Amino acid sequence: MKDKIKDVILESGINVKPVYSPDDVAGIEYKNDIGNPGEFPFTRGIHPLMYRSRVWTMRQYSGFGTALETNQRFKYLIENGQTGLNVAFDLPTQLGLDSDDDMADGEVGRVGMSVDTLKDMEDAFDGIPLDKITVSITINAVASILIAMYAVLAEKRGYDLKNLRGTSQNDILKEYVGRGTWIFPVEPSMRLIADTIEYCAKELPKYSPVSVCGYHIRESGANPVQEMAYAFLIAKAYIDDVLKRGIDIDDFASRLSFNFDIHGNLFEQVAKFRAGRRLWAKIIKNDYGAKNPKSMCLRMIAGGGGGGLTIEQPENNIVRGAYYALISALSGTQTMALCSYDEAYTIPTEKAAMISLRTMQILADEMGLADTVDPLAGSYYVETLTTQIEDKIVGCMKEVEKQGGIVKAISQGFIQSEVAHQAYDMERRIQSGEIVKVGVNKYTVDEAEHEVELHSFKIEDTQKQIDRMKAVKSTRDEGNVRESLRILKVNADSTGNLMPHIIDAVKSYATLGEITKVLKQSFGEFQEPLLR
Amino acid sequence: MNHKPIKILIAKPGLDGHDQGAKVLAIALKNAGFEVIYTGLHQSIDAILNTSVQEDVDVIGISIMTGNHLRLTEKLVEAIKKAGIDEKMLLVGGNIPRQDKAKLKELGASEVFPTGSKFDSIINFIKENIK
Repeated sequence: MKDKIKDVILESGINVKPVYSPDDVAGIEYKNDIGNPGEFPFTRGIHPLMYRSRVWTMRQYSGFGTALETNQRFKYLIENGQTGLNVAFDLPTQLGLDSDDDMADGEVGRVGMSVDTLKDMEDAFDGIPLDKITVSITINAVASILIAMYAVLAEKRGYDLKNLRGTSQNDILKEYVGRGTWIFPVEPSMRLIADTIEYCAKELPKYSPVSVCGYHIRESGANPVQEMAYAFLIAKAYIDDVLKRGIDIDDFASRLSFNFDIHGNLFEQVAKFRAGRRLWAKIIKNDYGAKNPKSMCLRMIAGGGGGGLTIEQPENNIVRGAYYALISALSGTQTMALCSYDEAYTIPTEKAAMISLRTMQILADEMGLADTVDPLAGSYYVETLTTQIEDKIVGCMKEVEKQGGIVKAISQGFIQSEVAHQAYDMERRIQSGEIVKVGVNKYTVDEAEHEVELHSFKIEDTQKQIDRMKAVKSTRDEGNVRESLRILKVNADSTGNLMPHIIDAVKSYATLGEITKVLKQSFGEFQEPLLR
Repeated sequence: MNHKPIKILIAKPGLDGHDQGAKVLAIALKNAGFEVIYTGLHQSIDAILNTSVQEDVDVIGISIMTGNHLRLTEKLVEAIKKAGIDEKMLLVGGNIPRQDKAKLKELGASEVFPTGSKFDSIINFIKENIK
């Protein structure tokens, strides 16, 4: 009988026992190791009542075409009960190129909204109450410029910057590992991040300037332990830079947030988040000496990862998305977003995006996920896994630090090569059937080569966006633009925080491309390390 | 009889930053005995063309996840023809909707391998169709 039981080894390398019992958790002490929700070490959640007092924010990633079209979509999502906005920008915007750049051809407004000047951001948020709807902007290499635009438009609309909430992704180190929208070399990119954190700590104290992403690292091939370990190391690298500027940890740590991935084994993911919360609290308290408990709280968006979805039998992805949302709710996330079922082959259609939103709403309103905090706490299995995963994250972090730290490991491409080889290995095991993927290598059917509904994209709309930019350029004060860019260049060549100068450039309606070009002249561009 | 290994360029044209698939395929092709060059991200059409010529590759594989595959393939094919190297095999991979496979082949792709394609099907296609 015994030899019939196959080993179950999680992606994290943990061997799962068929049965767990009180013996497995005998060494775990509730008060110190788990603690009540809202109390150190925050294993069970960062608020005492969690979803009982306020359900998670539902924030689907969206944006396309010009700011005007995106504004319409935002309003539609809000009317349908979405409680936050997560803005997708097109690739030219993410890479600091204007819409009329040669490299932008065919990409303007394709995977997100196009931004050339402040005017686009003003139009995108027109009529949307920025004190009620929190806006997350998914932007990295040029986050400093987009944060500046957001702050300027909010101030123009009369909002008090001291109370302005919102988040920008602004995590460049993970861009070098996965997602790939880097522009500048590592060092000046890190400077820009420290500039935004410092600026926000002083001027926008309720704004979250950075959302450190384990998500894309996991999507690039990292296992759940590496996802957390690398994200924490990256967050620590940003923190260390800001501390060097003489800013107190408690003045900014509570505004750092995280973005994590969900796919794979349900219990492993839940344990990953519980372990992550506990470990992050310890790091901020013990390693950095923070006094304010809010600084120690791991706030996160945890969404269903595209990496788990399949092009085969795409409707199965609706079911996967529902399970990912369940995991997210069981994990005590602050914000939830789901990849839509059609994302393996297109930008989500309106219908697919709506199914994702309804999935989250059904969980909150019908299934009792908001009734009680951390319902899996005390499970022999989940508590054991939580402890095991925490130990593994610590081990993984130490390993990288021993080899010279995360900044070096990413600059030289070690992390990139490691996760690429792991991704290859995972794909090989799926293709050989060693790892089961329903509809891909088990329960497969002959799928007709039928046409699929696609998100509509009109390449002709590029001209519309270019015309919008030209209209802005024809009315702005060119002297102002040149002077603000000149001052930005002088300061970029020197030290000191660039945010005030970027803000001045934005106010003069300098384009994103013009501002980025100035920074490229000072900083140069990143040279991608070879794939080993 | 040609004893040189088949040389393959895996390229990421345009602004797309999603390179997991391209890297995974580069590793798979290398493990299958091919000589593989991976360009890295953000490659212009000219850069891909230049690398193809300089490295004298037998196969050019491009990976596009953004939906801009028709435009980029059209431009690359045009550049390839102009440079007179259209004897090279051109493979297109990435997030390619089924209805676009035929269009890409019409444009000049030797074959299209959308997300979910098996390593063996790509390897076999190259071995069987290389001139």
